[in-house]
Amino acid sequence: MTQLPPPSAKKLGLVIDLDTCVGCHACVVSCKGWNTENYGAPLSDQQAYGANPSGTFLNRVHSYEVQPEQGEAQLIHFPKSCLHCEDAPCVTVCPTGASYKRSEDGIVLVNESDCIGCGLCAWACPYGARELDAKEGVMKKCTLCVDRIYNENLPEEDRQPACVRTCPSGARHFGDLGDAESDVSKLVAERGGFDLMPEQGTKPVNKYLPPRPKDEMPEFDILAPYLEPIASDGKGFVGWLDKTLSSLPGGAK
Amino acid sequence: MHPAASVILFNTFSGLGFGLLFWLGLGALVPTGMGAFIWFAIAYILAVGGLIASTFHLGHPERAIKAFSQWKTSWLSREGICAVFALIVMAIYGAGLVFAGTRLGLVGFIGAIASLGVVFTTSMIYAQMKTVPRWRHWTTPTMYLLLSIGGGALLSGQIRIAAVLLIAGGILQIFAWASGDTRFQASGTNMETATGLGHIGKVRAFEPPHTGTNYLMHEFIHQVGRKHADQLRIITIGLAFILPVLLLLLPFNHIFAALAVLSHIAGVLMLRWLFFAQAEHVVGLYYGKR
Repeated sequence: MTQLPPPSAKKLGLVIDLDTCVGCHACVVSCKGWNTENYGAPLSDQQAYGANPSGTFLNRVHSYEVQPEQGEAQLIHFPKSCLHCEDAPCVTVCPTGASYKRSEDGIVLVNESDCIGCGLCAWACPYGARELDAKEGVMKKCTLCVDRIYNENLPEEDRQPACVRTCPSGARHFGDLGDAESDVSKLVAERGGFDLMPEQGTKPVNKYLPPRPKDEMPEFDILAPYLEPIASDGKGFVGWLDKTLSSLPGGAK
Repeated sequence: MHPAASVILFNTFSGLGFGLLFWLGLGALVPTGMGAFIWFAIAYILAVGGLIASTFHLGHPERAIKAFSQWKTSWLSREGICAVFALIVMAIYGAGLVFAGTRLGLVGFIGAIASLGVVFTTSMIYAQMKTVPRWRHWTTPTMYLLLSIGGGALLSGQIRIAAVLLIAGGILQIFAWASGDTRFQASGTNMETATGLGHIGKVRAFEPPHTGTNYLMHEFIHQVGRKHADQLRIITIGLAFILPVLLLLLPFNHIFAALAVLSHIAGVLMLRWLFFAQAEHVVGLYYGKR
């Protein structure tokens, strides 16, 4: 059903630390790998080795340059996937009931055998979290690795989303954001985690942690005056040559 | 937004077809026998032809029947139900006129309202999109309804009503464009809210997530076609509204009437193309584009 369930007590989601993400795209690759081989239709590529490669991804890493009013610009890597919104606009627009939000843990999923591939859910999502697979003709989106997190056939340390498991810089955290005492909730509270596009009213479950303030740039040019390369009060032959050449028409002053 | 041909054809021709059904249902013209058959055939070819065209952009059209289930929340589902209901009711009404020469007034009235309902539910698919600020406005459904009943009046040869509706449509369309041009900025969604990094400074897209394109960029970012938007708007107003009205004001002649209809259709096709090509989805912000 595409009617949203009442808000669940358990809200599984991700916390992404923009301070520690190094932009290596390992989460993108592990996501594509796991979700191609497991739950639902594989994530296809078109012309993977051709002139115009494209393909379906559930997680993509953007990079932004942020220019403060004073000081140096910062480069911030920005992984983005489904935010499993509490008020998910992608679910209510679905005409077939293929899109749904789970009442038990808040994960937003697509029942691919009901999806007609109309694309309306992707229109309704402000975050670009949904991509219509060009080969399968069904909508693909992050499942929060629902086939890992509850999977008792996997060792316990692997029961988290593939992107979180693989992140080498510890920039991705998985947990219950509905529980104020969970590690992820504490992290969000400590670091001032925020929502993307809060004005869209989607109430995302996933949170982003802001980059920590940068240190001031130290004063580097203490020695610079002593290293001044050109004497302005030249004497002798070189001084004479400098003055003479400068006085010629077109000479450098 | 990507201006998909199938959706432009659907919006244009189904709008006209249901507009014609609206006037037929209201009894603005009451043909009987063969005449009625031809009128209803034209309306059904337009309405159903458009609906069929709209299924071409589906990934799995064979499952389309499932789209009737979620009427409680989905405007697309409501549109489907409304369309089937309107087509069945108007078929009963049409059969009365064609085979029995009888006008079932109440059935026609219900069919006319349902035909408007199809156009309204279609328009709400777009008007509900918070992600496309240009569309999320009362002018979207109003314009859809005006174009549909205006085009229907033109097709059914009601000169005075058609002229009034087309003039109103032209004025409203100019207002919709002018007000729509500022709506994205007024929505308050920008790169700073999209990334949440506005507290640090001005955000610029430095590097996209991939070297090629993707579904999102193809579907939601359509900058190429906007280059000539200003000229296209003028031509659209001329073809869809001004030229048909001028042709209607001339002494009646079947050639002028046919030209008025063709000009209107060409104009509405362009109008629909602009409706999509100029609509900016907020997801473009993540790519530093609109």
